Amino acid sequence: MHRVYLDNNATTPVLPEVFEAMRPYFGEHFGNASSIHHHGQETRAAVESARESVAGLLGCTASEVIFTSGGTESDNLAIAGLVKAGDHVITSGIEHHAVLHAAKNLEQIGCEVTVLPADGRGLVDPDDVKRGLRPATKLITVMMANNETGVLQPVEEIGKLAAEAEVLFHTDAVQAAGKVPIDVKRMHCHALSISGHKLHGPQGTGALFLKKGTQLQPLFHGGRHERSRRAGTENVPGIVGLGKAAKLASESFNNGAIERLAAMRDRLQRVVLSCIEGTTVNGDGAPRVPNTANIRFDDIEGESLVIALDLKGLAVSTGAACSSGAIEPSHVLIAMGLRPEQARASIRFSLGKQTTEEDIDFAIQLLPETVARLRELSPAYKKQTIST
Amino acid sequence: MPWSEIPKLTTETIAVAMSGGVDSSTVAAMLRAEGHSVIGLTMQLWNQRRLAGRDGMPESVQGRCCSLDDVYDARRVAQHIGIPYYVVNHEETFERDVIRPFISEYLSGRTPIPCSLCNNHLKFEQLQLVARQIGAERVATGHYARVAFDANRQRWFLKRPADHCKDQTYFLFGLTQEQLSRTLFPLGDMTKPEVRECARRHGLALAEKPDSQEICFVPGGDYKRFIDAYLAEQGESLPDTAGELVTTNGEVIGEHAGVHNFTVGQRKGLGVATGSPLYVIQISGADKQVVVGNDEHLYSRTLRARRVNLISLAAIREPMRVSVKIRHRHEPAPAIIENTDEDEILVTFDQPQRAITPGQAAVFYDGDIVVGGGWIS
Repeated sequence: MHRVYLDNNATTPVLPEVFEAMRPYFGEHFGNASSIHHHGQETRAAVESARESVAGLLGCTASEVIFTSGGTESDNLAIAGLVKAGDHVITSGIEHHAVLHAAKNLEQIGCEVTVLPADGRGLVDPDDVKRGLRPATKLITVMMANNETGVLQPVEEIGKLAAEAEVLFHTDAVQAAGKVPIDVKRMHCHALSISGHKLHGPQGTGALFLKKGTQLQPLFHGGRHERSRRAGTENVPGIVGLGKAAKLASESFNNGAIERLAAMRDRLQRVVLSCIEGTTVNGDGAPRVPNTANIRFDDIEGESLVIALDLKGLAVSTGAACSSGAIEPSHVLIAMGLRPEQARASIRFSLGKQTTEEDIDFAIQLLPETVARLRELSPAYKKQTIST
Repeated sequence: MPWSEIPKLTTETIAVAMSGGVDSSTVAAMLRAEGHSVIGLTMQLWNQRRLAGRDGMPESVQGRCCSLDDVYDARRVAQHIGIPYYVVNHEETFERDVIRPFISEYLSGRTPIPCSLCNNHLKFEQLQLVARQIGAERVATGHYARVAFDANRQRWFLKRPADHCKDQTYFLFGLTQEQLSRTLFPLGDMTKPEVRECARRHGLALAEKPDSQEICFVPGGDYKRFIDAYLAEQGESLPDTAGELVTTNGEVIGEHAGVHNFTVGQRKGLGVATGSPLYVIQISGADKQVVVGNDEHLYSRTLRARRVNLISLAAIREPMRVSVKIRHRHEPAPAIIENTDEDEILVTFDQPQRAITPGQAAVFYDGDIVVGGGWIS
């Protein structure tokens, strides 16, 4: 079956160049990067070179990059590592669960957590951040780009507020990295999380930027890896892959790749909105990353649409999978004020570097008939058409 | 032949309701082996974690319906036989159409059957809808029952299965003609040992998995504890349904803590000691009375069934001789059924029946054919 993958905010395929860069580190270059001999020196060089590539993507120095197992670990490391009992933390209701649950968990050690709302466009208001500040506030953590809607948050303003209040600022940039330029200095952030597999690197890799001089309590205790901030033998092939992916991501801002991505996303969005009635873009009116379109199809069950499309070869997503694999309405869309049935009727299309114009054609061809079929069988749609 | 090499012989796509048990897993494997395009669907109906550890509910949620173990098993079967598989979330509908009625029935002094409600509202309503939306016109389940179109009467018939010990038609009496026309019961002609043998033959790792017995969302069968925990979670308090324990002569012989603690025919837990064994004869939700009496008082020749669904015929125009089953483990008893009202059927048994229980279903059989059924009022 011909398959098209438009769920790149869930994960992206490893680019062939990335895979090629990783390959030798599964075989001939196998050394432990902490070993003093030749084998260790070889892999140490690879790890540090990757660190420089990641630093290049984030606009920081190499020593400010800590390699982790992914976005979730980076978020947890930043949040648990920067806060201690009695501190106050400000976050937002549209954060990824890796931030939201990590922050909520701090309540168990006697921290207070303020969860800020988002407006109908999916934006967190910096004034709310300002109003949320208290003398005990230690950390603000607000994401750079939302995973569901792609909406870019006003992180520079929030960073400025944090700096003025002398509060630490962490941002989850997992969905921003590789899609929009990142400059940790402009954002005034102390910590920033990225994930390898969201930017065409391997799964199980990630990094945390930690501003020089920022005190961090490690999550893992063990050897003195990563300058005692993250114990455990380095995942050398993974780190090499992340480094290569970061390098390619940096280049994509100068070679037209991002503009092409944005044009394809805009075309998908435009055609869907004009060909299918009862459609709305969630997050419309707010700045968004160039690869994401979250579209609401009134009166359909997103779960059924995702399954129906998958059976026809198109991979997209809706909501969040719970542990059984069943779908729960997106907490992000609910936080934006959507009713549960509207959240359930919303589908996320997310493009990647491998996405082609033909892929978009395929989606555009498939969607109208599939949505029509679902609506034909939708009790809510029938009720509405009868009443109008 | 490896599963991947089985050709797709039909153009029809069939959805299989997979619970992670032997029966529905075998159905999926059988249909796939026959060359159908099969889609596996599991309904996520109830989050066992919600009430775990609350108000005396067990902490552990392993090994029950909608548990991760069952979803894991269903998914592994789907992977083994090479079919697409999805978990669909119907927790909201289940709570509204099964859990809440289950609780309110008990609090009104009746003894509900959640499995029938689940079949009517979820498995044969919501799941059939999802199946059609995703391109499968029919849904197969692992129920032991048979479905067939009767050309003479131009109606879909529901029939008892070959294995009468496993007969599940009692829980399926609410199916409409439309629903039956979209249903497949591939196990209807098989016995349970044959199903297990078939599972083994198809290499299913769960061929020896034990059958589930209890109400899926009530751990250990303790429905009272479940009601307490659910209401507490909802921030609602248990309505006070405490009242008097009276004899069949109207004599008050004690008090009880709430009508939901009783079911007709119950002997234990009455809290009174008398010479001869006492049983619950009747529960009156309105005045909160629990009537107790001797075994002989439990017998009755008639019952009234409401919210009737007829399957093998469109209407009962004159008294009809059938067999009637009044609970799952009850041998159908000969009786006459007649319409007394638009939506009420009077059942008159040849012989008095023990413990006719409001809230349970009365299902009418003509031999193996399910005529229809209703809820005992």
